[in-house]
Amino acid sequence: MIPAPSYSDASMSLQDVTVELDGYMALSNVTFDVGAGTLMGVVGPNGAGKSTLFNTIAGLLPVRNGSVTLERVDLRRGALAYVPQRDSVNWRFPVNVMDVVLMGRCCRLGWFRRPGRKDRELVRECLCRVGLWDRRGALMTELSGGQRQRVFVARALAQEASVLLLDEAFSGVDVGAQEALVEVLQALRDEGRIVLLATHDLNNLARRFDQVLCLNRHVCACGAPNQVFTPEVMEELYGVQFSMDGEG
Amino acid sequence: MIDFLLAPLEYHFMLRALVGAVLVGVMCPLVGAYVVTRNLAFIGDALAHAVLPGMVLGFMVGISPTIAAVPTGITVAMLVRVISRRAGLSADTTIGILFAATFALGLMMLSMSSTITIDVEDLLMGQILGISPASIYVSLAITGVVILGLFVFHHWLLFTSFDPVGSQVIGRRTHVVDYVLLILLALVIVVGIQAAGVILVMAMLVIPAATAYLLVGRFASIMMTAAALGTAASVTGLYLSFHFNLPAGPAMTLVATGIFLLVAAFRRKVFN
Repeated sequence: MIPAPSYSDASMSLQDVTVELDGYMALSNVTFDVGAGTLMGVVGPNGAGKSTLFNTIAGLLPVRNGSVTLERVDLRRGALAYVPQRDSVNWRFPVNVMDVVLMGRCCRLGWFRRPGRKDRELVRECLCRVGLWDRRGALMTELSGGQRQRVFVARALAQEASVLLLDEAFSGVDVGAQEALVEVLQALRDEGRIVLLATHDLNNLARRFDQVLCLNRHVCACGAPNQVFTPEVMEELYGVQFSMDGEG
Repeated sequence: MIDFLLAPLEYHFMLRALVGAVLVGVMCPLVGAYVVTRNLAFIGDALAHAVLPGMVLGFMVGISPTIAAVPTGITVAMLVRVISRRAGLSADTTIGILFAATFALGLMMLSMSSTITIDVEDLLMGQILGISPASIYVSLAITGVVILGLFVFHHWLLFTSFDPVGSQVIGRRTHVVDYVLLILLALVIVVGIQAAGVILVMAMLVIPAATAYLLVGRFASIMMTAAALGTAASVTGLYLSFHFNLPAGPAMTLVATGIFLLVAAFRRKVFN
């Protein structure tokens, strides 16, 4: 058993982050902090800037104003893992589950080293954690939506990431598989990792997060689910009035 | 049957052609596996035409046109990516521009020189039956470089091919790996054209890999199967060309196409 590293020192802070895309303001003065061991849901309508936010945190988009600070997150060692939207993956490219999780070792291996026994042992543990070791030889296209997401989470584990960004991870995933995925993410949170997940599902899932960031190009609210899911915030997010029956 | 197999081997030119056919049949499909699964067929076609100015320049300054065409191919391959990124154009649009511009430049250079004659038919069909020992050695070296490059960068190439965004985040080296693949593609095309012509190179880049894609699942298996199919098609085509007095390049291309059609027709059976 490979000992799990400690992730309790990592933190993330965005201060007045403004991002411009093709001349329009995709994010405006976004400010929030996330400490180690946090499972945060990022909710908002289509075009609210959720993917832009994740791309900015991942360093794929330049910040026009403000700053993104990742404390004790060694980007060169792959400490930040990104689980992309379904559309940005080349599903025509035929790789199996083992291949994908091994990709998580790339940054540790550098250019010329090939994965060794330790890497494969770690990959085995990561797949066992997400319950997919038995499917290690299956092609990614043979898996269900929920299983694919768990493979990407296993890749993040193999990467030894302390920050996980999951963009629309519940898209095309049935309710049972969503629950299984949330359980895995909660376990990662308990190890001290920071997990951010963009989702449209407010009722069932966002309430299971520690914090929720309501985003509509700017931060409408950020905090515990029961604090941020108010009729006022929902109206600001979606432009329509919501009934908050059953709010807990 | 034995006569059918041994008769061509009595001729030196056929022995050289067989070696050339095997090399083209191996190196093109290995890179072709990426061409098919990453939708790079158009860039392959563009590169095959874009090497013309390099070949003309080689004739002008008195060096091997193959060697002169290598930097041209690599430059065009790099320019596709650079211009796409800088101008915000799709890769297809950039390739379309460079494809036309470089081929036109080559024709312009050709018309300005009264001493150079490049037979367009040779460029298209190749001269595998007249392949020189020097071309064999160059093809052998390039095949070695391609196999080494694909082996060393295998995991990075898998990563960037499958999940370009995720790979950019993990290591931020996506562009380097993409350039490596484009350089390998340019090398294969330049050397393959000299040996076998534009049509056969494009055929060998795409058809065996597409056939293998239908037959086997995993990417590494596709590469191996494609190389085996490419070799089988090119050698069979060469034998048919010898015995039935057919043009070699088209015969090899049609054999590869025949195998593809056969597999495509029975694909359902293979998977069930």
